[in-house]
Amino acid sequence: MAFENTVDVNHPVHEVRSEAIKNFENLGFPSKKMEEWKYTSLKSLLKSDMSVFPKKESNLDYKDVKQYFIHEIESYKIVFIDGVYSSHLSETSHEGLDVCLMSAALSKPKYRLLIENYFNKIAVRDGLTSLNTAFSKEGAFINIPRGVVVEKPIQILHFSTGMESSLMTQPRNLIVVGENAHVQIIERHQSLTDNPTLTNSVTEIFANKRGIVDYYKIQNDKDAASLIDNTYISQQRNSHVSVHTFSLGGKLTRNNLQFFQKGEYLDSTLKGITITDKKQHVDHSTLVHHAQPNCESHQDYKGIYADKSTGVFNGRIVVEKEAQKTNGFQQSNNILLDDTATINAKPQLEIFADDVRCSHGCTIGQLDDEALLYLRSRGIPKKEATALLMFGFANNVLESVKIPELKQRITRLIADKLGVNLGFDL
Amino acid sequence: MLKIKNLHASVEGKEILKGINLEVNPGEVHAIMGPNGSGKSTLASVIAGNEDFEITDGSIELEGEELNEMAPEERAHQGVFLSFQYPVEIPGVTVTNFMKTAINETRKARGQEEMPANEMLKKIREKSELLEIDRKFLSRSLNEGFSGGEKKRNEIFQLAMMEPKLAILDETDSGLDIDALKIVANGVNRLKTDKNATIVITHYQRLLDYIIPDHVHVLLNGKIVKSGGKELALELEEKGYDWIKQEAAV
Repeated sequence: MAFENTVDVNHPVHEVRSEAIKNFENLGFPSKKMEEWKYTSLKSLLKSDMSVFPKKESNLDYKDVKQYFIHEIESYKIVFIDGVYSSHLSETSHEGLDVCLMSAALSKPKYRLLIENYFNKIAVRDGLTSLNTAFSKEGAFINIPRGVVVEKPIQILHFSTGMESSLMTQPRNLIVVGENAHVQIIERHQSLTDNPTLTNSVTEIFANKRGIVDYYKIQNDKDAASLIDNTYISQQRNSHVSVHTFSLGGKLTRNNLQFFQKGEYLDSTLKGITITDKKQHVDHSTLVHHAQPNCESHQDYKGIYADKSTGVFNGRIVVEKEAQKTNGFQQSNNILLDDTATINAKPQLEIFADDVRCSHGCTIGQLDDEALLYLRSRGIPKKEATALLMFGFANNVLESVKIPELKQRITRLIADKLGVNLGFDL
Repeated sequence: MLKIKNLHASVEGKEILKGINLEVNPGEVHAIMGPNGSGKSTLASVIAGNEDFEITDGSIELEGEELNEMAPEERAHQGVFLSFQYPVEIPGVTVTNFMKTAINETRKARGQEEMPANEMLKKIREKSELLEIDRKFLSRSLNEGFSGGEKKRNEIFQLAMMEPKLAILDETDSGLDIDALKIVANGVNRLKTDKNATIVITHYQRLLDYIIPDHVHVLLNGKIVKSGGKELALELEEKGYDWIKQEAAV
């Protein structure tokens, strides 16, 4: 690896960065020897020397990338091309809320307090996150003040052009949601090239008291694109945070999704639909850390794996001694369409409190032949019948998407992935 | 309409149908009766195209087209409909979406345009009223948590929606109380025209009080051993199957 040496020593987060560099030097990239990385190897992605800083700005026309936006709805947009902010594709705001850039937040004095309070405060200090903390230059900064209900969803889009062949982009997002505030965010990483791309993204989300955050991740990238997504969420009392992850594309996708509960009577929701084929690899590593009494967590992941693709579901729930009356629910349902497909599912419950309700269920199965015959005998061809069964299987995750246009889009992406054109809205 | 000639079929190498001959003409209702294990449901499955069964000899033709090698969906496109003895539960797929998909895929296969949404809704409303099906029922997952009676009524609702040339009702009366049985039978009777045909497969004569067959066939050990008019069903109800077994043995 060759990293450019351009860290600004006068930066307010200089100390954080220096520490992160040391951390990364000590820890390096994760290897399969580590328990949490047992089923996912980054080896093949890290072969060549990589740069973490893009050298030049690229430009894109809206009409060429419109398809990657949920363009049917009004929204704020924060768009990056190879890690560099694209002002002409973006629609940011400072009116009643901040939808802007991480670089602005890090440099402008008016954000200094927010940065001091929130930047790198919940992110775990592992190798990859430290790498991002050390070298990230840009990302989305979203600050929703107390009581603000954001009417329009916010879209964060990261495009990779692949013009520089060995770029490892390090987007860094910080989202602070004030008391009683409400925001919906859609995030997408999209490669525009058939060259390999690699993204190591870190997002920190802070939901203050009674805050509501609905976060949607669309992972439908090209075959050669890989993504390591590290998302850390800190929740205060009575807040509701949900993260939906739709993993359909990409070469290797690793989702480190970690929730830290810091107050009582809050709930955390983690849902996902994963549909893979060819040699795709999708790894969901989740953690819900219950540290306070009377909280809930709901995890529901559906996976469908074809060809030689591999899935991992590593779902960890920790319930601290103080976290009495916790209600933790975790479910991972998987369908293997071919003998050559693999799913590694590992629920991990670590419960130190004695008055809790925690349940986990994991199923691995095949498509039901009888159900298939039933649908086919009503004139639905095999391919469409198979797709219909998969939609049915994943439906309760789709159902909980609260933005109708987004739900429709994801339905269509799934239909495209399955190669069918089913003429109805689910 | 339907011509079955010397049909032999087996499952996992075991022969279940041992030479069935049956001809059904438009406008007719045929009943196929027989004791458990005689091959009634197998016959229904083989006509519908269940790939678990292998046709080892003979042929099935619908309006001159041989069905033997056709996939289940192709048979449906030709106009075959099987009301399942045990309808399968499909979580996450609503009755309405299922029906829309089935009808539009069938139309597509026949080279027709998709059915316009308003026409589809009107049809769904009409046919659900015919079967006295609650509207709420249509937005539930297909067969999931349905009672036995609801499942069977839903099968006949699908029959009404699909308007096939040949309907095969496999033990549709099982699990139905008398009121549901009347609704189902009324539905089937109302759908009868001089252009379509119905095969009713049943163990008991009960359903035949409401759906009056033109012909009754007794299936025994994979063969039709006796055919007659509707009075044959009553005779079977009265005397059971033993006398037929003895007759067949002679």
